[in-house]
Amino acid sequence: MEATSRSFKDNARHALVDPDLQQALARMKAGFVVNRAAAVARLPEFDKLRDEARAIKDHTLEHLDFYLERFERQVTAAGGHVHWCRTADEARQAILAICRSVDAKTVTKGKSMIGEEIAINDYLEANGITAVETDLGEYIIQLRHEPPSHIIAPAIHVTKKQVADSFYATHRTLDAGRKLDEPRALVDEARAMLRQSYLDADVGITGANFLIAETGSTVIVTNEGNGDLTQTLPKIHIVTASLEKIVPTLEDASTILRVLARSATGQEFSAYTTFSTGPRRAGDLDGPGEFHVVLLDNGRSALLGTELQDILRCIRCGACMNHCPVYGAVGGHAYGWVYPGPMGAVLTPTLIGVEEASDLPNASTFCGRCEEVCPMRIPLPKLMRHYRERAFDRGLMPPLPRLALALWAFLAKRPLFYRWTVGLGVRLLALAGSRRGRFRRLPFAGGWTRHRDMPAPQGKTFQQRWDEAGGAR
Amino acid sequence: MSDARDQILATIRRARGGNGDAAFHAVAEQRLQLKARGTIPKRVDRGPAALVDLFVEQALTLSATVDRVASPDAVPAAVAEYLARENLPATLRAAPSPEIEAIPWRDRPALTVTFGRSDGHDEVGLTPAFAAVAETGTLMLRSGPDHPTTLNFLPDTHVVVLRASRIVGPYEEGWAMLRAAGAMPRAVNFVSGPSRTADIEQTIQLGAHGPRRLHIVLIEDGDAR
Ligand code: SF4
Repeated sequence: MEATSRSFKDNARHALVDPDLQQALARMKAGFVVNRAAAVARLPEFDKLRDEARAIKDHTLEHLDFYLERFERQVTAAGGHVHWCRTADEARQAILAICRSVDAKTVTKGKSMIGEEIAINDYLEANGITAVETDLGEYIIQLRHEPPSHIIAPAIHVTKKQVADSFYATHRTLDAGRKLDEPRALVDEARAMLRQSYLDADVGITGANFLIAETGSTVIVTNEGNGDLTQTLPKIHIVTASLEKIVPTLEDASTILRVLARSATGQEFSAYTTFSTGPRRAGDLDGPGEFHVVLLDNGRSALLGTELQDILRCIRCGACMNHCPVYGAVGGHAYGWVYPGPMGAVLTPTLIGVEEASDLPNASTFCGRCEEVCPMRIPLPKLMRHYRERAFDRGLMPPLPRLALALWAFLAKRPLFYRWTVGLGVRLLALAGSRRGRFRRLPFAGGWTRHRDMPAPQGKTFQQRWDEAGGAR
Repeated sequence: MSDARDQILATIRRARGGNGDAAFHAVAEQRLQLKARGTIPKRVDRGPAALVDLFVEQALTLSATVDRVASPDAVPAAVAEYLARENLPATLRAAPSPEIEAIPWRDRPALTVTFGRSDGHDEVGLTPAFAAVAETGTLMLRSGPDHPTTLNFLPDTHVVVLRASRIVGPYEEGWAMLRAAGAMPRAVNFVSGPSRTADIEQTIQLGAHGPRRLHIVLIEDGDAR
């Protein structure tokens, strides 16, 4: 997708006054945040497991070449193929070549952030291949021609009414008078419509939550079962994965799995965790005839040995964005590319360039919640600060951290909420004001008046929604 | 694409400063051999009978249903009654595994049982479970000629026949059993409850793309262990 991270501030300003979005974000707090806290409380070993999960990834990154080579050997031994790709373009070409080898007309897709990162759907469509997203959230945003707004809940910003509108507009073969008022009806309709796609598809593409060096397995973690249908039914299964997804053993994956679902949705374990190793075996009655792993670097190997290496531990659980006051105020689309929230603020400049995304590392109040909840103990505020300093050094820093100011203005007009968030506000002020005294020379007043013109937010106040959500802590 | 491979590996080695000597690789090799376990949650620290109870308790919280029966002979009646209770057709598509085939299905002539993969037209699929993980109420299913994966996902209802003696505490015990049974199968499916989604306004709906119902028939053969 075309990155709009450059316009983060404009994106954010629109997001703050979008009532549907603000409602969706309130629901996110009530759901993910509360459920995670409950799941963590049920597992006394949680923090110890986080330390171990971090150590596993640190060890793996330290020996990345060894584990990747072993992984490749094991995939090959199981009858599969590994395609090493330096760039998004190489990955797209590798996937297209595999699809062409069986003259594929349709491809089904399980949820894959790498698929988003390399914009594979557009590429396949441009080459005459229909790509059908099968994860319900991904399907919805595909119909709406939108990027995901959250890494585990891609359509979190969409209301059920909007989903119904998309379904009426797309599923033209169905009775136009049918009722689609309830989530149940929408889920059932998507289930029925996508069923045939699974059975018709020539190729199924999934992502991977883990790659296992020991066995050459790829792992997907889902709740819907769409990923499994996607990879079991077609002739070919293509796995798209970035190289830092690797872990040494099944035991290592199990340790990290214990913190993944709990951090993501507050489930103890997702409904389906599937380990795939190679294509259909002799005597098997089903399963794909070919198994391909498209292994993507796209700038990640260059982070090794740098201050930013820690972000390669990320397991894409989404906890950092669920707990982020900035994400919670502006949603995922404001970040302008596929990875939103704190992890996106660190990863996006790495992948598309500091020039394109120089605002993102500023989209933080440095409240530290993201690091507190990150199961892999990634020091996200420190990494964002790193980018800010780099951007400053390269003269890319915007004249004012405008978003911070906009948020502050929004908060300051609400005394009660302001009181609650005084600690936060102080940090915002610090951010808007001065870092090493160098912003003091900047034209403060101009930015201020610009943001006074910001339309007043509609609907409930932040604080009301916060109370409804039972607070975040 | 071997250029890409070489270049990626070279970048990784450069970042570490050097090619990595034999001793360096030995550390990783040893880790693969050791297969060390991380912290195992205390909740699975209990005897076999209590593990079975924990499994059932956890499976129920995941919206699965569980029937406990005394022996394989009791399975046909339990399945028939479940299907009647749920208003489902008395027709099963079952995994062609010796364990499932040995069940005396003929005791219940009203049940139609055929064996093989699912083509998407079966209402009810029935499979064995390789093992089950009490820690989270999770079934561990292993693909193979005797267990087509399509049976786990295509039918609206998935009935799983599980022996209590196959219930372990943590996932790691499941891996140990799997390694003892031979090579890594094409697919290992960990299943925790029926399919679900919260993609529409964060409300949980069961039966997204996979089964709407997950029913476990638990054979209490625990003493045989
Ligand atoms: S940075 Fe941490 S909290 Fe955020 S998605 Fe990655 S692992 Fe999860």
